[in-house]
Amino acid sequence: MIEVQNLTKTYGGARGIDDISFNVEKGEIIGFLGPNGAGKTTTMRILTCFMPATSGSASIAGFDVFEDSLNVRKRLGYLPETVPLYTDMQVPVYLRYVAGLKGIPWRQINSRVGEVMEKVGLTHMAHKFIAELSKGYRQRVGLAQALINDPQVLVLDEPTVGLDPKQIIEIRSLIKGLQEERTIILSSHILPEVSMVCQRVIIIDEGRIKAMDTPENLMAQIHSTCRVRTRISGPKDSVLEGLRAIDGITKADSVDNTSNSTNGFDVEFIDGFDGSHLIARLAAEKRWDLHELTLAKMSLEDIFIKIVTDEQVKAEDGK
Amino acid sequence: MRNFFFILTKEFRSYFNSPIAFVTITIFSVLTGYYFYNIFAGFGTLSFQAQTYPMIASRYGALNVTEFVIRPFIGTISMVMLIMLPMLTMRSFSEEKKSGTIELLLTYPVRDGEVVLGKFAGCMVIFCTMLMISFPCVLLIEYFGEPEWGVIITGYLGLLLMGSAFISLGVFMSSLSENQIVAAVLTFACLLIFSLVNYSVGFVGESMAKVLEYLSFNYHMRNFVKGVIDTSDIIYYLLFTVFFLFSSMRSLESKRWRA
Repeated sequence: MIEVQNLTKTYGGARGIDDISFNVEKGEIIGFLGPNGAGKTTTMRILTCFMPATSGSASIAGFDVFEDSLNVRKRLGYLPETVPLYTDMQVPVYLRYVAGLKGIPWRQINSRVGEVMEKVGLTHMAHKFIAELSKGYRQRVGLAQALINDPQVLVLDEPTVGLDPKQIIEIRSLIKGLQEERTIILSSHILPEVSMVCQRVIIIDEGRIKAMDTPENLMAQIHSTCRVRTRISGPKDSVLEGLRAIDGITKADSVDNTSNSTNGFDVEFIDGFDGSHLIARLAAEKRWDLHELTLAKMSLEDIFIKIVTDEQVKAEDGK
Repeated sequence: MRNFFFILTKEFRSYFNSPIAFVTITIFSVLTGYYFYNIFAGFGTLSFQAQTYPMIASRYGALNVTEFVIRPFIGTISMVMLIMLPMLTMRSFSEEKKSGTIELLLTYPVRDGEVVLGKFAGCMVIFCTMLMISFPCVLLIEYFGEPEWGVIITGYLGLLLMGSAFISLGVFMSSLSENQIVAAVLTFACLLIFSLVNYSVGFVGESMAKVLEYLSFNYHMRNFVKGVIDTSDIIYYLLFTVFFLFSSMRSLESKRWRA
């Protein structure tokens, strides 16, 4: 559905994005992940025909974004990061205007606007001017204008930024609900969001793709060492000694938590081995109370930091 | 065509949703009305004096309402236009650039030409409203005197053409900058230059003088207020309009290929 090949964009001398290539299949939700200024917005702007690339090519539904931009734009819904809207218009008036520009037939404009407003939960805001709406509702109007022509491809630039947690959850479920038959690209620097919504994640930093895989695979890739957090009420030193004596444990450290009568410990096992049961057995044998035993899963956040910092370490080694 | 219509109605609506249209139309009618009052009252006094003192009458020849009221009135309107129209056009693209809405507009399946024409037509509609509001003044002359309707019609036609030239220049300037003040100042400066360029006609060579004269707005207005429709005047204003509309289109397009 979306093909991007060797896309490069330079601003004056500065590099925006550098040699980015990826493909997105029909019906896929793909997430762009990266710190601020990584090149997410630049990539999206090129895909939505707002900005030309310096070199490389991109096509949507078989149409080149540069050569055939009108055909691309017909199939597109775009929500820019800043959600620029005409604040002096009322919500339905604005949506009718967008529907008109996006080529909805005259007779269907009103019904289509109604449908979309219901879908994004704007119906009770119909009489308001956009200037009067809160950030969350503006985001919905932005989403509504992107959806109004029922586009095959949706490009959402940081759709949940600046929203409160409740709104974030609503928008997320809304995006998930849009998936049928649609290809969605969304960018974010909020990592759990991407792992929740997207089927594939592209991690991009300093204009380059650092990693591209499903969230599960990315986690599995890094998840080879197993870490356990445990809390045991017993004399700190002897617990530590006992833990260190267990076969397969490479590292055991105590964690300070002065508020509790129990002591916390971080334990790491050798690669590919989960020995939580051994800790439980130890506690039972010594008659210590075991309060907590949790497998510390590496979050996307950790993966992200690991990938980005690994690159830096490599780069420094190279020098 | 469809997209043109949608952009036109949106533009029209935005002018009236904000105070812009109300303020400019009001100020325009107040100014033209004030000038009209003075011109008309001056003509009235002059007629009275001519009745009492034949010497005055012989100096002016036949006192003619067309020549003494309509012609200066149309000149006045064109002067007020020079000040008011840049205020109207300055927002057309600058505002969209500043607020970022241009990003969405340019990612809709709309041709650049349709956007430019829509914005231009939006301004034209407001401008026509202004002209219409000044029209009762002319009707007042018809009530009290016997103006030549031919001159009135060609005068207003000239104003319409002149206005379209002003607006196309303003739209172009607005497409260059995201700052509305800059757009307005540039428009105003260019309009002034084009209006006053014939002032230097006396100091340059003959062929240069012809060129300068032909470039001037006022020179081409001259025939219209006499009641003469010269194709070269119409072509001048139309060319001016088309040239700057085309330039605005290019300026908008350049966003797509300028890396």
